[in-house]
Amino acid sequence: MLDKATAKPATKTALNDDIGEATRLELYRSQVNIRECEQRAYDLFLQNLVKGTSHLSLGQEAIAAGFATAMKKGDLSFCTYRGHAHTLARGVPFEKVLGELMQRDNGLMRGKGGSMHLMSPEHGVMGSYAIIGAHLPIACGAAWRAQYKGHGDVSVCFFGDGTTNIGAFHEALNFAAIWKLPVVFVCENNFYMEYTPIGDVTAVPNPAGDRASAYGLEKIVIDGNDADVVYRTAQKAFEKARSGGGPSLIECLTYRHSGHSRADPAKYRPEGELEKWKERDPIKIYRERLKHFGIGDDVIAGIDAEVKRTVDEATEACKAAPNPPMDILTTDVYADGGFAWRN
Amino acid sequence: MAELTYRDAVARGIAQEMTRDPDVVFLGEDVAKAGGVFKATVGLLDQFGPLRVRDTPISEQAILGAAMGAAMTGLKPIAEIMFSDFFAVCFDYIANEFPKSRYMTNGQTKCPLVVRTGNGAGSRFGAQHSQSVENWCMMIPGLKVVAPSSPVDVIGLLAASVRDPDPVIFLEHKSLYPTKGEVPDGEILDTLGTAKILRPGRDATILALALMVPRALAAAEKLAAEHGIDCEVIDVRSLVPLDTQTILGSVAKTHRAFSVEENPRLCGWGAEIMSIIADEAFYDLDGPLVRITTPHCPLPAADILEDAILPTVDRIVDRVRKTLNA
Repeated sequence: MLDKATAKPATKTALNDDIGEATRLELYRSQVNIRECEQRAYDLFLQNLVKGTSHLSLGQEAIAAGFATAMKKGDLSFCTYRGHAHTLARGVPFEKVLGELMQRDNGLMRGKGGSMHLMSPEHGVMGSYAIIGAHLPIACGAAWRAQYKGHGDVSVCFFGDGTTNIGAFHEALNFAAIWKLPVVFVCENNFYMEYTPIGDVTAVPNPAGDRASAYGLEKIVIDGNDADVVYRTAQKAFEKARSGGGPSLIECLTYRHSGHSRADPAKYRPEGELEKWKERDPIKIYRERLKHFGIGDDVIAGIDAEVKRTVDEATEACKAAPNPPMDILTTDVYADGGFAWRN
Repeated sequence: MAELTYRDAVARGIAQEMTRDPDVVFLGEDVAKAGGVFKATVGLLDQFGPLRVRDTPISEQAILGAAMGAAMTGLKPIAEIMFSDFFAVCFDYIANEFPKSRYMTNGQTKCPLVVRTGNGAGSRFGAQHSQSVENWCMMIPGLKVVAPSSPVDVIGLLAASVRDPDPVIFLEHKSLYPTKGEVPDGEILDTLGTAKILRPGRDATILALALMVPRALAAAEKLAAEHGIDCEVIDVRSLVPLDTQTILGSVAKTHRAFSVEENPRLCGWGAEIMSIIADEAFYDLDGPLVRITTPHCPLPAADILEDAILPTVDRIVDRVRKTLNA
């Protein structure tokens, strides 16, 4: 991920802390990847080139970047319909993601899944689930397999604050706790369940953190806009999972800069709230972090430019890509490749 | 060859597959230490240990979700949902997750699992523990749906389901658990998507599933003995895939078709099969296609009421006789 050619040596010893220069540049690049690609998805929607719905993670990039950077090859990500960020963070190419959003033949699923169902098992992305809460038990099952087979991988399950009020969340937390499964549950608390403030519909102030004790778990609530904090928290939870210590539930406080979905202008937000959060924009925070550690503006600008160029190239490739062919219309309903249900 | 109950056939089928393949695991409520509320899984915990035979909390979504996650990543889970009525609390997995993941991802993922469940009426449990829900599952592209009527079919079709690469809903009939049948020794493996002609006949085809199979057979004997009507009885066994060739072949011979369905009338499996016969074998028919079903009504608890609402041997005899004007 790190482009060594553009990375200057650290000028401050602090850069060689537990995270270090190479990982910090990786964390930055990952966040910029997501920001640039999500912004492009929005622009393409305005041009009517992204069809259907889409749920962007603009403003929430540090969570995806922090967790994915802490994951090892073989670790598994389970996402919601707001899953572009987590898919990109595991290394799925821009063209595959944008192609699926544009419902072209070059998309990750050749247009059969769409924005809400990105999946790429070869990158450890085990799907994006559009039914709230559905993937928490599924992540438990993958973790059960790891436990039973002694595989040593961790299943990481991302979801929003709204998910903490559906039954499957509670079933999965209890299930993971009693079986001591190597699964990490990550709540991205962006303070809104779709259009409604989460506080208006939740009995406790921290929708995930305040539920942890019910399942014998530690309350962990962190700054989800600081990739260093996210990365360190992820490492700790993964270590616990890999050593047989069971699940963790981590609430990351963050904010989405856009509406819930493309149909939502987010007019329900109080005046000034977005601006206040934009001061804590994760990418702004991380640029300052890199500078603090002596990484030059030229290195940062180099990463920005390279990411933008790659997204531009992917965009052009997607615009040039054909629509999905009709011969995939009814393929892969069953394992034999077809949809036959009778003889 | 030994005589075995339908109940014991379940445990034998699961044990056969767990012995064959260490990736086969089994989970559900009360299935391990207690051996199942219907005692259909007794002995499996002792034989295969607590890592492979696992009791779960009352969390149907967690059971099916965990089965899916395990299946996607390499195991071959068998999940038990105690009563098929409880599908309603975990239907997301049955309707949205298992069957659509392969298609949505353009074939990037798999979901080879079996959901076993106690289906059907006759236990006097009332409207929420007695339903026949096969049509809830049959209508969903991506699922396979199986419902055996005899001990030997339980083992053979369960083995086929476990080895199948697609998600299979395996409907065991609660009222059949104590019934007995001859079962050969050694490994038993059947084929999904195959109906069985249990009684050959010339005058009419009777299609039945699960508990309705023994009733259809009894009705056929009565129709032959008392009315001189010779019925062919087909155990449909597998709704998806559906063996339409056996059914159409039978109708071509008898020119008459009846379905005996335990499910409430609307959108029952018989409606789909009758529409296929009407479409593809219309000119073979000598009379109307007749469905004998439970009425469009919830199931009552009282024995006298429950017995009256399901298709009975006498109702089958009566409808067949009147339709044939015999």
